[in-house]
Amino acid sequence: MKKLWLAFLLLMGMGLALAQQVRIVVVSHGQASDPFWSVVKNGVDAAARETGARVEYRAPETFDMVRMSQLIDAAVASRPNAIVVSIPDGKALERSIRAAVRAGIPVVSMNSGSDVAESLGVLVHVGQTEYEAGLGAGQRMKAAGVKNAICINQEVGNVALDLRCKGFFDGLGIKANVIPVKIGDPTGIRNAVAAALQKDPSIDGVLTLGPTAAEPVLQALEGRRGITFGTFDLSPAVLTALSQKRMAFAIDQQQWLQGYLPIIILNNYVKYGLLPANKVVMTGPGFVTPENAAQVVDLSKKGIR
Amino acid sequence: MAIKVQDERLQPVGLWRRLLLRPELGSIAGLIVVFGFFAIVAGNSGFLTWAGTRNYLEVAAQLGILASAVALLMIAGEFDLSVSSMIGVAAISMAILANPSYGNLSLGLAILITLFFALGIGYLNGYLVLRTGLPSFIVTLAMMFILAGANIGFTKLITKLTIVSGLNDKIAADPIARLFTGELLGLPAAVWWWLGVTVVLSYVLLHTPFGNWIFGAGGDANAARNVGVPVSRVKITLFMLTAAMATLLATIQVMGLGSANVLQGQGKELEAIAASVIGGCLLTGGYGSVIGAGIGALILAIVQQGIVYTNIDLDWFKVMVGGMILGAVILNNYLRKLSMQVRR
Repeated sequence: MKKLWLAFLLLMGMGLALAQQVRIVVVSHGQASDPFWSVVKNGVDAAARETGARVEYRAPETFDMVRMSQLIDAAVASRPNAIVVSIPDGKALERSIRAAVRAGIPVVSMNSGSDVAESLGVLVHVGQTEYEAGLGAGQRMKAAGVKNAICINQEVGNVALDLRCKGFFDGLGIKANVIPVKIGDPTGIRNAVAAALQKDPSIDGVLTLGPTAAEPVLQALEGRRGITFGTFDLSPAVLTALSQKRMAFAIDQQQWLQGYLPIIILNNYVKYGLLPANKVVMTGPGFVTPENAAQVVDLSKKGIR
Repeated sequence: MAIKVQDERLQPVGLWRRLLLRPELGSIAGLIVVFGFFAIVAGNSGFLTWAGTRNYLEVAAQLGILASAVALLMIAGEFDLSVSSMIGVAAISMAILANPSYGNLSLGLAILITLFFALGIGYLNGYLVLRTGLPSFIVTLAMMFILAGANIGFTKLITKLTIVSGLNDKIAADPIARLFTGELLGLPAAVWWWLGVTVVLSYVLLHTPFGNWIFGAGGDANAARNVGVPVSRVKITLFMLTAAMATLLATIQVMGLGSANVLQGQGKELEAIAASVIGGCLLTGGYGSVIGAGIGALILAIVQQGIVYTNIDLDWFKVMVGGMILGAVILNNYLRKLSMQVRR
């Protein structure tokens, strides 16, 4: 065994000029089952392959801030070269993230937490600002003539999603009307939207916050005219609906980059001390509309968009 | 002229008292209360229309299909918490098998293979429970995690995503899909499946030897074994039945949506148990009703969909659902106590 190790070390030493392997731990709040986060993880994996860094990806099973802070604490205790976190709730994760910074571990945040990242000692945040993205969606719908809208929230309590709805209604300039739904129940989502439209026929705009809710809502809106429907984030079915003009827009935050860029940034920072000067690297919001949906379809099937 | 003399050894039992002895009674009372509440509060905003009725019936049907089998299992004295993950596994399995880029099998074949796989999981659940002697609550809880994790792992391994879509063309072209997505007399197929499943399972429970065995297995398994009831066979069969019903539910959802996602079915295991308990099943086994579980599912669906028609701030949604469950069960218990007093 010892001999094998020696031989291995020699080979490594000769081949890579003794470049130490950078070890980065990623802790996100994205459940493994969420299609959005599977794309983020694909980005993480690609960057790990390209940089040769050793990357470990961790996430709690449910949207659980306590569990997430424990995962960050565990990551800090394992003394990695760097940590990547998502910050859906700055207050809840503050202690753990500060502990990482105090321990001298460089931290880059991604996806959510743009508003608190800098104050917590995070080097760079890679993502989109949720409230502004929601605001953009609301302004778009207002320009399309929408007077009365609903926002379908599949994860009430996730500050980022709550902010999207808030921005959306502010952008429209109307009173908030949020419909909470259960992410695992497509029929329940579809019928809840049908019920809301039946109760208030003046509703002419619907915003969903992810593809798991967007697909059932597409069904609820089948055969109805005059409803502007937009969603956050992409999936193959959402893109098909866009190209068939059954949807007005999808907000693309290019989450592949949210997984990919932090690894690249940290790899360079750990090895050479290089860092972008921006405090927030914006990956979104980009709007995918019926005009430009076709080019995105194939990439979405590959888990990149 | 013959006078009909009442046999003095028989205590006369009036119709009202006979009704009180039914396990469904509490849930029917609960249904009247819940329906009345929404009819008054949300009657003029669409809850009472045909579209509104269809809306909650469809949600009730999907839960009811599951609850009917879960109720039988509870009467036999066992739980199955793995049904929620089973729905997700079945949905993903048939979607991958039928998807043109992966399995490209016909829909019928994909559903059939998935069903056999599910029956295998159901058998495994039953076998593990009987073999280890552990409470089924624990065994199926473990199975719930295992299935959920395996579902995510395999799906990402094969597709890199967690939503498997792209079935719409196949569904449109295949008459088999109409069995699950069609309509009859203005009601969606799910509702007819629900009625069919409820009638058949209720008949089995009340009018066949197997039904007696179910009550026996849940009432006192040892006593039942001593009088020759094949308790193990009964329980394993019922575990397989819950897995089959999870597959039926998954099929209805996938055929309707054209895609499957790994999270499908999350939380349904407790909803099905709640529906069964509202419908008169005891957590300790040996007592309950399939029809009651159906009514329980209807109550839950009316609360879940009805609240959207009201002007109640939806932030309070879960408080309402929980409150209604608690109310229904308390009413249920109260009426059951009454009926027990009647019996003496």
